[in-house]
Amino acid sequence: MVSGKRTIQLFLGLMLLGLIVYPCSSADPTGAATLEEKPDAPVNFSWTLMCGFLVMFMQAGFALVETGLTRAKNAATIVMKNLMDFCMGALSYWAVGFAFMFGTATGISGLIIGYDKFFLMGEAYDVSTMELWFFQLVFCATAATIVSGAVAERIKFSAYIIYSVVISAIIYPIYGHWVWGGGWLASSEFMTTLGGGYGALDFAGSGVVHAVGGFMALAGAYLLGSRIGKYKKDGTPVAIPGHSITLAMLGVFILWFGWFGFNAGSTLAATELHISIIAVNTALAGAAGAMVTMFLTWWRFGKPDVSMAGNGVLAGLVAVTAPCAWINPVAAVFIGVIAGVIVYMGVWFLDHRLHIDDPVGAVSVHGFNGIWGLLALGLFADGTYGVYTTQGPMVTGLLYGNAGFFLCQVINSVVVFAWAFGLGLILFWVLKHTIGIRVSREEELQGLDIGEHGTSAYPNFVTTEPAVDGDIA
Amino acid sequence: MKKVEAIIRATKFEEVKLALEKAGIESMTVIEVKGRGKQKGITQQWRGAEYVVDLLPKTKIEMVVDDARVETVVDTICSVAATGKIGDGKIFISTIDDVIRVRTRERGTTAL
Repeated sequence: MVSGKRTIQLFLGLMLLGLIVYPCSSADPTGAATLEEKPDAPVNFSWTLMCGFLVMFMQAGFALVETGLTRAKNAATIVMKNLMDFCMGALSYWAVGFAFMFGTATGISGLIIGYDKFFLMGEAYDVSTMELWFFQLVFCATAATIVSGAVAERIKFSAYIIYSVVISAIIYPIYGHWVWGGGWLASSEFMTTLGGGYGALDFAGSGVVHAVGGFMALAGAYLLGSRIGKYKKDGTPVAIPGHSITLAMLGVFILWFGWFGFNAGSTLAATELHISIIAVNTALAGAAGAMVTMFLTWWRFGKPDVSMAGNGVLAGLVAVTAPCAWINPVAAVFIGVIAGVIVYMGVWFLDHRLHIDDPVGAVSVHGFNGIWGLLALGLFADGTYGVYTTQGPMVTGLLYGNAGFFLCQVINSVVVFAWAFGLGLILFWVLKHTIGIRVSREEELQGLDIGEHGTSAYPNFVTTEPAVDGDIA
Repeated sequence: MKKVEAIIRATKFEEVKLALEKAGIESMTVIEVKGRGKQKGITQQWRGAEYVVDLLPKTKIEMVVDDARVETVVDTICSVAATGKIGDGKIFISTIDDVIRVRTRERGTTAL
């Protein structure tokens, strides 16, 4: 037994060594050849990397929104989840995720999945590939961290770690390949014929990032069940107020700020001067989303609800993420307005009808509005921007006469829902029946900070629960 | 001697303290308390759903005064702390048997 174990250890050690000294060929790890070939590389590299850094900062925004909208007794586990999904995601995306998403792919199998550039080795040891990897990593991590809020205050930390690896290594990259990596949704003959020269499009990821995260979140929240005390016996939802509106709204601002990198950076080039239009559309859609949610809650509840208005900003941003490069500002405002209505209806529908407990509104913000973003692109693309480039063919939507492209976006929407929600159900179901996904009742009441991490986010605070009028289910 | 225990709105405390000072009542013990009346607290809203805050934070002022000054204290508190809305608080008055000043061992009203 011992010698067998030794042999395996030796074998693995040699493998690891082999990985490091793996020879590289035509790749350009110095960057000199790339600079000579493309004189505008410095400005484009700077732009893309700086925007990537902004997107990375959105992790802080998510951490603040999610902790702010939940109770103090679970604050440490939530920020820990946000920290570790980035770390586990980065390593998973480095190991296999990026290869599945952007690996060189040819023929029929290439329409499904990529299969080289594992561990960023060989040809991938190259300045341009690394630039792309970094920018795509922060997007992958955004998709992963969306789920954290919806499953907050009851998920086992260990189950969440496994989920982070699976979404970053498999679920996100494969669907991402279909849209951004040369896969079937964007590049198959059927789709490009239907769309009139191009298949399904998604500029910065309403579908690839947000709908994937949002519908995985729906699956997770559904299989976990609601937090203790969330519903009365007759099904009426009980409010469980978050512990800091200040933190939550600071998170909204940070997300909005990062979103300019998310959307405008997705040109991957500062030489695409369209970036100014993208930034304007991003600002307007967020503003319109918040305005509508504010007035809707004012009208329905008598007072403008603060955290719902924050959700309104994010809803507008998610919805404009796919179309931001192909639409004009009027369309951006309209998209934001509808996004505000969708997030308001979505939160109400999940809470009052489906009784799925989503403490931060992640499903409505990212899932429902992710779909709306894909459809909005199919409606409002106005023919001023090509397929991720200023060159033609220019992209037009249904309102500009291209019904085929709208159909492409409908297909894309159905696919992303089925993929993310379906695999989300499978993943969380398997976890539920193996290691378990939910903490014990005692731990949930005491707070996950103590049960999962043996600490308290605010050790000197006495935490209290809101009183409940009536029987709790 | 009487003990006056006044439970008032926390937001009214500074005003009440100043008014009592002007009326010549300087000594007091102040406690942050939580409590409720017949209404069992208030309801607030969170993302469109209601929740109950059934124990509200209040401030309790305790003073021991000469019998002759009880009405002044009550008048002052009632005129300053009242807003006319539910939740203004209550005043309880009870008799005190004796008072001792720790430093000098004086007793009774001279110790007040």
